[in-house]
Amino acid sequence: MSLYNRLVMQSSLIKKYIMALTGIVLVGFVFVHMAGNLQVLLGQEAINAYAHALQNLPAPILWGSRLFLLVCVVAHAVTAYQLIKENRAARPQSNEVEITKRAGWSSLRMGLTGSLMLAFIVFHLLHFTIRTIYPEYNDLKTTVGSPDGSEIHDVYSMILAGFRIDAISVFYVFCMFLLCRHLAHGVSSMFQSLGLRSESWRCKLDFAASAYGWIIFIGFSIIPVLVLAQKYGLVNCLDTCGSSCSVNL
Amino acid sequence: MKLFLKVWKQDGPQTEGRFESHVLDGVSEDSSFLEMLDQLNEQLLEEGKEPVAFDHDCREGICGTCSLNINGFAHGPENSTTTCQLHMRKFEDGDTITIEPFRAKAFPVIRDLVVDRSAFDKIIQAGGYITVRTGSAPDGNALPVPKEDADLAMDAAQCIGCGACVASCKNASAMLFTSAKAGHLNMLPQGQAEKDSRVLNMVAAMDEAGFGNCRNYGECSAACPKDISLDYIAKLNRDYAKAKIKKVFS
Repeated sequence: MSLYNRLVMQSSLIKKYIMALTGIVLVGFVFVHMAGNLQVLLGQEAINAYAHALQNLPAPILWGSRLFLLVCVVAHAVTAYQLIKENRAARPQSNEVEITKRAGWSSLRMGLTGSLMLAFIVFHLLHFTIRTIYPEYNDLKTTVGSPDGSEIHDVYSMILAGFRIDAISVFYVFCMFLLCRHLAHGVSSMFQSLGLRSESWRCKLDFAASAYGWIIFIGFSIIPVLVLAQKYGLVNCLDTCGSSCSVNL
Repeated sequence: MKLFLKVWKQDGPQTEGRFESHVLDGVSEDSSFLEMLDQLNEQLLEEGKEPVAFDHDCREGICGTCSLNINGFAHGPENSTTTCQLHMRKFEDGDTITIEPFRAKAFPVIRDLVVDRSAFDKIIQAGGYITVRTGSAPDGNALPVPKEDADLAMDAAQCIGCGACVASCKNASAMLFTSAKAGHLNMLPQGQAEKDSRVLNMVAAMDEAGFGNCRNYGECSAACPKDISLDYIAKLNRDYAKAKIKKVFS
């Protein structure tokens, strides 16, 4: 801890580098996660096979990646907490009239959107990964997507079952909107924190960050939206796969 | 012009402050904001009251002594303007104007609208200089500086150290000031020898003084009377990373 304090906590800029570097990892992770999720659109076999392959990665790779992501999330959150605490202390008396000239909604509320994202990550892990919120998801088994014909976890059915609950879908889409706003500032800001932004690049990076946020929002939200739309008979594009699916929409 | 003024009054660093309201009539729209305050103080003296203390010196926008948060804007609502260069014609007759000191933990109030900005001096003392042999002046053009570098260094050197960046930042961060002062010297050949120690020491002095952290809002640059660009903050971030890595591996 003293080494951590000596190396990190003493300098405001090192804290910003940690925010940026862990941010890059998490920005990359959400894209890969989104791309993986979109395989739901390809049907039960694709997503089940993909999920099975991920779950059965060699233990050092699987648990190494999980640990690395956990360390990044914890470092990002703890450093953000430290920064916010120092920032509040730096302005003990607020202005009678507070004017904001340039800062946007997203940049002013990184702490709020970030804290809610942290809560969302905990919920999401309990919901779909550890499956303690709905333990019956553990019983969803199928051979569809299995590489050797044995029974594997039916991720496709779990997703349909999860998102056919209106409140869950609305909550997920709302959280993805918060993530979109968090990314809209974060993705551009991390370049500034690492010293890799200039006035001529600022507009382009701000645009790219905003576009990235919306891509992530749409990519993640499309699945709960389609599940609900199909539940209410508005579309019929998700394969409910007859008898091999445990869930009907 | 008739103005309704809401002015911060604070007797000393340790005492609680409060707003006092004054009505000031007959203000010329050609007067500067500070001349309007002079007029207020004359009126207060005639009424036998304490005048309002505020900082001022050159009154031509180059010394960085004047400050004031006017209706929420550091140096008032006009862009690229110091308080002393702000004219009353920018306000309307009958306006209510709220005047506060620059607020930051690192800028304690001395009295009323006067704040102690010596934290900036400590940052300069930590590295905002170059070490040279004093004596006879060097020959002109003996040290070639590319025009582009000279222009960028001059843009940074325009910083008058007024503290509007700190006052306008939601986190009271001094990154724009520190980056302009470090960047100015780091871009010139004379500043190269002490480049690494300069950024390390100036950032350490900045943190030590209790300024907040930069969150890349851009409020500082928007409020800066000299339009210092956020590029200098990016450059400081870059220079600091390089200096820190060199230090760790040296």
